[in-house]
Amino acid sequence: MKRSWLAMVGTVLIIGGYLGYTYTTRQKTNSGTQITAVGSTALQPLVEAVGEEFASKNLGVYVNVQGGGTGTGLSQVQEGAVTLGNSDLFAEEKQGIDAKKLTDHKVAVVGITPIVNKGVGIKKLTQTQLIKIFTGKITNWQQVGGKNLKITLLNRASGSGTRAVFEKWALNGAESAPAPEQDSSGMVRSIVATTPGAISYLAFSYADKTVQTVKIDGVAPTIANVTTNKWKIWAYEHIYTKGKVNGTVKKFITYLQSRHVQNTVVPQLGYISIHDMQVERSANGTITKR
Amino acid sequence: MDQIRESLLKTSVATKKERFGKTITMAALILIGLVVISIFYFVASKGLATFFTDKINFWDFMTGKTWNPSTNGSNGKPQVGALPMITGSFMITVLSAIVATPFAIGTAIFMTEISPKYGAKILQPVIELLVGIPSVVYGFIGLTVVVPFIRSIFGGSGFGVLSGTVVLFVMILPTVTSMTVDTLRSVPQYYRESALAIGATQWQAIYKVILRAATPGILTAIVFGMARAFGEALAVQMVVGNAAIMPQNLTSPASTLTSILTMGIGNTVMGSMQNDVLWTLALILLVMSLIFNIIIRLIGKKGELK
Repeated sequence: MKRSWLAMVGTVLIIGGYLGYTYTTRQKTNSGTQITAVGSTALQPLVEAVGEEFASKNLGVYVNVQGGGTGTGLSQVQEGAVTLGNSDLFAEEKQGIDAKKLTDHKVAVVGITPIVNKGVGIKKLTQTQLIKIFTGKITNWQQVGGKNLKITLLNRASGSGTRAVFEKWALNGAESAPAPEQDSSGMVRSIVATTPGAISYLAFSYADKTVQTVKIDGVAPTIANVTTNKWKIWAYEHIYTKGKVNGTVKKFITYLQSRHVQNTVVPQLGYISIHDMQVERSANGTITKR
Repeated sequence: MDQIRESLLKTSVATKKERFGKTITMAALILIGLVVISIFYFVASKGLATFFTDKINFWDFMTGKTWNPSTNGSNGKPQVGALPMITGSFMITVLSAIVATPFAIGTAIFMTEISPKYGAKILQPVIELLVGIPSVVYGFIGLTVVVPFIRSIFGGSGFGVLSGTVVLFVMILPTVTSMTVDTLRSVPQYYRESALAIGATQWQAIYKVILRAATPGILTAIVFGMARAFGEALAVQMVVGNAAIMPQNLTSPASTLTSILTMGIGNTVMGSMQNDVLWTLALILLVMSLIFNIIIRLIGKKGELK
C-alpha cells in the first residue's frame, strides 16, 4: 500500500516537474524570435521555403508556417493571434476584415489559367464564351467549336482566393453557376484530367501536361503576359501584419521581397517575381504602369 | 480503552482512500461534463448568431435552396439556404444504412450462428481491420475507383450521392456488423436450444427466434452506423462533388453538411456572417447526433428483453 502512494507521488512530481520545466523554458523559444504565419495554402510553400532559408541565416529565429485558408489567415492576424497572415486577396476584398488595421506586404504574383480536359478539343476561347460557360449559358463544348460533349464545371470552394480572383478578372465579376467544388488545386487538376468535358481553373504552377490550358482572346497564359497585364487573371500574394512591424519580422518580410529571393525561390516554386511586374494593381483594381 | 475509542473515531485509512478515489472519479466526470457543455455552448452561441446577430430567418435558412453566403439574393438578404446540404446528408445517410443493413445482418448471422469458428478466426479480424482504416483512405479509394466506375456506368461526372453512398456503405458496414454480432451473441443460449428442441430448423430458429430477440440491438447498431455516416466528412467530401445544389438524381453532384463545413471554414473570417452560417451547419450536425443518441436510448429502453 505504501508503495502505491510512493508511485503516485512520484508520478505527480514527474508530471509537475515537467510542466514546470516547460513553463520556465517557454520564454526562451518564444522571445520574439518565432514568427508564426497562417493562412493561404497557395502562399504556404513560398513562406515555408523562404522561412527555412531565413532561419538558417539568422540563428535562433524560427518561422512557423501553417495553412488554414485566406480567411483564417486574415482573421487571425487581425486578432493578433499570429504575426503574419497569408492571403490570396487584398484585405479590402474580404468581408469581415478591417483593412485599415492591417499592413499589406506583397510578396509574389500568381497567374491563374482556365484549364480543360484534354478530350474537349478546345485550346482557345473568348472571354465572352468563358463567362457564358461558367454562368451555365453554354452547356456543350460543340457551341464553342469543340466536340459534342457536355460541359462539366468544377469550382474551387466558395470564398477561396483563387476562385475570387478568377471570378473577378476572368468572369468580369460574374458569379459562377452552382457546380461541384474542390478545396485544393491538386484535386482540381486530377479531376479535370480524368473527367470528360471538365473545365476549371488553376494557378500556373499547378497546370501541367495532364490538362489543357486555354488561351483567352488570343492571349496565352504565360508569365511574360502577366507581367505586362495582357493576361489579366493574376493576383498578388499578400502577407498581412497588424500595423507596422519592426525587428525580425520586418527583416523577414524585406528578405522575402528582396531581389535574391524573388529571383530564386519565387520562380522555382512557380510564382512570379514582384520585381518583374511592369504594372501595379491596387485593391480596387486600377492598373498603373510602374 | 482510549486506544479503541480513538481508532473508532478517527477516519480509517480505508475511508481516506475511498474518499480519495471518489474525488478523483468525480473530478474526471466533472471535467468531461464541462468539456461537453462548453463545446455545446460554443457551437450553439456561434451557430445561433446567424439568426440573432445576422438576422437571418430560421425557416429561410432551413428551407432555402440556394447556398451562396457571399452574395445577396433578390430580397437583399444573403443566400443561405441549407436545404441542399441537409437533403444530401440525409439521403446519403439513409441510403448507406439501407444498403449496409442486410450485409451486416447476413455477416453477423454467419459469424455467430452458422459458423462461429470461421467467424471468430477470419471474419472478426477482417471487420476489426475495416474499422481501423482511416477515412481518408476510403475517400481516396472512392475517388480513384468508385467515381470513375459510376461515371462509366451512369455517365455524368461520377461525383454524387451514389458515390457517397457506396463509400459510406463500406465505412459503416464494420460498425453495424460488429454491433450486430454482439447483440446476437447476447441472445440467451436457451432460446436457441428451446427452438431446436421443438423441432425448428436452424434457419427457423435464426429467423423466428434469434433475430426477433435481437431486433432492438440490431436497430441500435443501424442507428449507430447512421450517426457515423451522418458525421463523416473527409471521405464523403472527396466523392460527393460538393455542389451546394439540390440533388436531382443519385449521380448528380451534391453536398453534405460536413463537406460544405470543412471546405468553407478556412475561407471565412471568424465572426463574419459567412462564418456564422457554417457554425449553424455545425449546430445542426450536433443536434442530429444528439437525436441519434436519444433514438438509441429509446430503442434500448423499449426493447429490453423481458
